[in-house]
Amino acid sequence: MEFRHQYAAHCESGVVSSLLRHHGVEVSEAMTFGLASALAFAYLPFIRISGQPLIAYRMPPKAILKGIQKRLNVRMHFETFRDPASGMARLDELLAQGQPVGMQASVYWLPYFPPDMRFHFNAHNLIVYGKEGDEYLISDPVAEMPVRAASADLKKARFARGALAPRGLLYYPERLDPPRDLRPAIMAAIHRTTRVMLHTPLPIIGIRGMRMLARRIGALARSGDAEHTALYVGHVVRMQEEIGTGGGGFRFIFASFLQEAAQLLGDPALAEAAVETTAAGDHWREFALAAARMCKGRTPMDCSHLQQMFMEGAAREERLFRRLSAAGA
Amino acid sequence: MTLAGHRKAIYAVGPDGRYTVVPSSGWEVEETVTLQAVEHFRRMEEDARRRVLEGTTSPLEFHMYRSRMDPALLSQTTGLWCWRIRRHFRPQVFARLKPALLARYADALGISVESLQRVQ
Repeated sequence: MEFRHQYAAHCESGVVSSLLRHHGVEVSEAMTFGLASALAFAYLPFIRISGQPLIAYRMPPKAILKGIQKRLNVRMHFETFRDPASGMARLDELLAQGQPVGMQASVYWLPYFPPDMRFHFNAHNLIVYGKEGDEYLISDPVAEMPVRAASADLKKARFARGALAPRGLLYYPERLDPPRDLRPAIMAAIHRTTRVMLHTPLPIIGIRGMRMLARRIGALARSGDAEHTALYVGHVVRMQEEIGTGGGGFRFIFASFLQEAAQLLGDPALAEAAVETTAAGDHWREFALAAARMCKGRTPMDCSHLQQMFMEGAAREERLFRRLSAAGA
Repeated sequence: MTLAGHRKAIYAVGPDGRYTVVPSSGWEVEETVTLQAVEHFRRMEEDARRRVLEGTTSPLEFHMYRSRMDPALLSQTTGLWCWRIRRHFRPQVFARLKPALLARYADALGISVESLQRVQ
């Protein structure tokens, strides 16, 4: 099967964009990300990953797969499996029909990931487009080139258990009828993002969530536990800068979407918002840099300074989304 | 380097002000925080190894950290209660585990039953 591998900053938007392109719908990764309103912020202290709270700079896994359906008028077909053997058999069957298959998998069990990157993160996405002997041919959007994995490894990755367990999830687009004019879809998508960021009635989501996390970082100083503080701060940075976010907590990929939308619709307000989003991303990177230096002990740990920087980031994004919201989105 | 020669895609603004996707071998910040997380597990693993040799814990705890898991995750992966897993950290209890239970742990950790029973 011919499959064009596409390099992407984020796994889910990369996979969705690649699958749609394979079926003749030309959407970039950034456009996919933006149209699915994937940008967000959430601080979920009651969900723990290796003892640390869940901090996300985007909507939860599968939000892009589901969100893109309405905006682009496509239908994604999803299948999960109770039994690993039947999940693998179904994959082989789809490949034999010439269907490239998107799937969810755990990073830890994928042999082609660099050892230092292999953590138990279950919501990674990739595309399998062929099989040679016992090896699957994989287009993993965060890898520069197509890769391979033995069937035993892929099986383990697809049926890993724990939080966000993939349960062998497979998907592919089954009906595609994209609108000719993308304006309504783009505006509706931006509108949804501004609503999530500004008006979610929960103090842990959007700008309010940012402020809550900022206060939480500030409060670390009172714990008096230096190791815990360093691990916590490092964790915040990791969630923001780790592989799959494209850096700056997805702000740069969203800026790229705004830029593309501005050009497509000839809307200078969106172009301006793109510039501001880039500035927001730059601010998060500055925060990351300051925090990482403190974790490494190059500068003394200063939680109130980090709190202040995080608050500034929140204020910047509040201005940005208010302006986007006023721009008619 | 944590990326071990891999390069990841990032969005960057070119000289014309337009975004493009470019390969990057990562930056200092990422490396710092990734190594911090890796080191954390390595320390726990080393500590567990020491305690296995002292006879105060079972190899199960060592292999759990070696696979970058904690009791909560191992519990979700094996479907066993957390307190049961902690009980199996006691060397005397671990030594008497039934083959089926050992196999369940070995499968969850992605290692063989033989290597589960010793530290390396």
